[in-house]
Amino acid sequence: MNYRMIFNTAGKVLRVEALLMALPLVVSLIYGEWQTAYGFIIAALAAFVVGYILVYLCKPKNQFMYAKEGLVTVAIAWIVVSVFGALPFTISGEISSYIDALFETVSGFTTTGASILTDVESMSHGCLMWRSFAHWIGGMGVLVFILAITSKSPDRSMHILRAEMPGPIIDKVVPRAKDTTLILYIIYSVMTAIMVILLLCGGMDLFESLVHAFGTAGTGGFSIKADGLAGYSAYHQWVIAIGMLCFGVNFNLYYLIIIGKVAGFFKSRELLVYVGIVFSAVVIICFNIYDIYGSFAETLRHSVFQTSSIITTSGFSTVDFNNWPTLSKIVLVTLMFIGGCAGSTAGGLKVSRLIIVVKKIGNDLKKVLHPRTANIVKFEGKRLDDATLNGVSSYTLVYIVLFFAIFFLLSFDTGIPTNVAMETNFTAAAACFNNVGPGLSLVGPMGSYACYSPISKIILTIAMLLGRLEIYPLLLTLTPTTWIKK
Amino acid sequence: MKIIVVGCGKIGVTIVESLTKERHDVIAIDVNPEVVETLRNTYDVIAFCGNGTEYSQLKEAGVENTELFIAVTGSDELNMLCCFAAKRMGAKHTVARIRDLENNDESLSFMKEQLDLSLAINPERMAAEAMYGILKLPSAMKVEKFSGSRLEMIELQLGKNSPLNGVSLMDLRKRHKEKFLICTVERGEEVYIPNGLFKLQSGDKLGIVISDRVVLKLLNVLGIENIQVKDVMIIGAGTVSNYLAKLLVANRHNVKLIDHNPKVCEEVCEVLPDKITVICGNGMSQELLREEGIANTDAFISLTGRDEDNILISFYASSQKVPKVITKVNNEELLGLATNLGLSSIISPRKIVADVMVKYARALQNSMGSQIETLYSLSNGRAEALEFKVLPDFAYTGVPLKEMKLHDGVLIAGISRGRTAIIPSGDDVIQPDDKVIIIAEGKRILSLTDIIAR
Repeated sequence: MNYRMIFNTAGKVLRVEALLMALPLVVSLIYGEWQTAYGFIIAALAAFVVGYILVYLCKPKNQFMYAKEGLVTVAIAWIVVSVFGALPFTISGEISSYIDALFETVSGFTTTGASILTDVESMSHGCLMWRSFAHWIGGMGVLVFILAITSKSPDRSMHILRAEMPGPIIDKVVPRAKDTTLILYIIYSVMTAIMVILLLCGGMDLFESLVHAFGTAGTGGFSIKADGLAGYSAYHQWVIAIGMLCFGVNFNLYYLIIIGKVAGFFKSRELLVYVGIVFSAVVIICFNIYDIYGSFAETLRHSVFQTSSIITTSGFSTVDFNNWPTLSKIVLVTLMFIGGCAGSTAGGLKVSRLIIVVKKIGNDLKKVLHPRTANIVKFEGKRLDDATLNGVSSYTLVYIVLFFAIFFLLSFDTGIPTNVAMETNFTAAAACFNNVGPGLSLVGPMGSYACYSPISKIILTIAMLLGRLEIYPLLLTLTPTTWIKK
Repeated sequence: MKIIVVGCGKIGVTIVESLTKERHDVIAIDVNPEVVETLRNTYDVIAFCGNGTEYSQLKEAGVENTELFIAVTGSDELNMLCCFAAKRMGAKHTVARIRDLENNDESLSFMKEQLDLSLAINPERMAAEAMYGILKLPSAMKVEKFSGSRLEMIELQLGKNSPLNGVSLMDLRKRHKEKFLICTVERGEEVYIPNGLFKLQSGDKLGIVISDRVVLKLLNVLGIENIQVKDVMIIGAGTVSNYLAKLLVANRHNVKLIDHNPKVCEEVCEVLPDKITVICGNGMSQELLREEGIANTDAFISLTGRDEDNILISFYASSQKVPKVITKVNNEELLGLATNLGLSSIISPRKIVADVMVKYARALQNSMGSQIETLYSLSNGRAEALEFKVLPDFAYTGVPLKEMKLHDGVLIAGISRGRTAIIPSGDDVIQPDDKVIIIAEGKRILSLTDIIAR
């Protein structure tokens, strides 16, 4: 294992994080929040110094990066980014417990949007900006960002791309990794800028527009009001609802549009299924909640918004869907597990994996009926090889096992009232593991994760990281045999 | 620059590797899914698994705006078909690996013209020519010619008790007036571009640019014995050996070719001139080699299909005091290993081809004020020797070299003007139509303008 290379990269990531803290710092200076500004300055300095020391001490002897190194690098980078990203909250005193601050930061970077804050409106602008900016950075990926801005991508950088970008099959849009990541970040930035402009047009101020655009782009979902987005106009809610849906689509498809292959965009099977799922969910929920709201326009808006928010694993909300009928709640919980498209900023299992698993099950059934059938699984017009198929199947299995493990561990928490514990724990595990944010009952859209004990919060923090990095990087890093020299 | 490489066998992978190092946008196509997977993981490329002759596959790879299309699958016909399709679909330049037609120059040039190929490459023939170059001056490790000039690049190693141990280059120049320039010195792991104060040591590997007339005098100066090669023993009858044997026989050498496969031996007898002695037997057997007189042969060349065999049998030949041993090694990992273990003359067909492709890509990329003619990588790719033709719009014509400020690690090693070769000093100037030889370390030179620091 190339330890030097791994920690060298971690050091570089920290230096970049220190620079990124400039944005919330400027925000807190503009709003005159000196205590917060102080927190950011200290945290940025700490990150920069530690990053510098790591880079200095761990000059790699060779540049070898194999699959193992790629996975571990990504996990380590995310851990250090979270550890240092939590500092401003504690130093400025806005979140007194470091574990709470870490939960909040990880929730930001993993684009979960789950919060332990009970009174979000009392937070400083700087801290709110940092939380949401973390969504934006974490959405596309920290190391992907570094690949995009460094002059030369090392050989075998594919391992890092694969470890950090979500989805079963990772394709580069252009031959060089650096160019690919740059193109993706440009698309991402331009789309975010459009969001900001649209929100500004509807009368939000710049700060609110930025926070919400970051939350939408990263499909994160931190809001700055106690009632989420309920207080904003219908226009804003529609803009964000459609925005989230757009950021839940594979970014490679947007590149196809840019280079003029519009037909390729619409040919994507994953996009078709994604739109199909959204459409069906909206229809079911519309019928189910029509009685609550009465007017068609309002019913449609709320059901589209909530569906879009949950399937893209953002977690914004315009209503307290905790009070919705059970059918709608079940639909939403199901959407949490499905998640957005591969190669987007969304979390969850991903639509493409769902398609592949369903096709494989169909094939297996066919094999039972006609034992001699020769069958292969095709996806997006191409045959999937056995390695990919097995990978997707075992990922799905690990995913389910880990979900229940988290659920199980949360049940040890005695702080949750017994009558709601089942629903709360189940949805908390689902919402964190899938990077959604709000669950149901106590952790519903208007609730918070403050009710959990510190140990449960750590478990949920790990769950969020597992979900964002798609399990393997973190799992491998936490396995002792990865580190023991043999 | 966008480049598509079809066929990623040994040669293809090396081309992909070299071109990605040059930071080109490389798209690789191969039929073998395992190869494609390795490519994806190892190099900064897009790799497709598919048939490079297929319209839809080429379309997907985006052949219509490709500048350079290289087809190096194992089959000539496939390569030609790929290039034909690619050219028709809009690829600007096409390069095909064509081996068999080489026996017949007429049909090759016909196909080249009809298919509108920019270049037809034959790695085996190139390797044979490189080996022949070495056999002409066996005292050197490597001899490379620059196009149409009297200058050569030779690599040689100072002996254990070299008279030049501790002599600085400045003193060497004062003592001897011959036209040569020591451009690179490889010592252990390091490669230096030496200045006048640099002191030589025994065992240094030197890269020298020299006029071909004074090579023998140089050997004298450096205290290296000059060997003449008459009898050559070749192990392994493959394509390379066929080309090499023909070249050698044409130049009055005695060739003994050993291969273990009786069928192959008979085929070789049929194709090659009668003067060649073909022995059917196991070339790895020391007994057989002794019987066939390895002790009296002047040069021993191992060209079997297995690198490991080539390396081992070369060591045996060295131990039998054969004056010149040449080894064909294709695998890059083994290449480094063999060099470290002490084999000096190693030829790698894929490296040769990769150099040609890199040169070609650079020439396409930039031809401002100059034009790349030749490119050789030196000391395992850590330095490069390049030959440029000076075009009339080069901005520094007529400026004395001492007034040009060159980048670190860049050296003007030679100028050839018409039939005269100049080893330049500070007062020399570059003129239009000159061919200038540049040595560069750690820097990618696209045109002559790149050597000047601003």
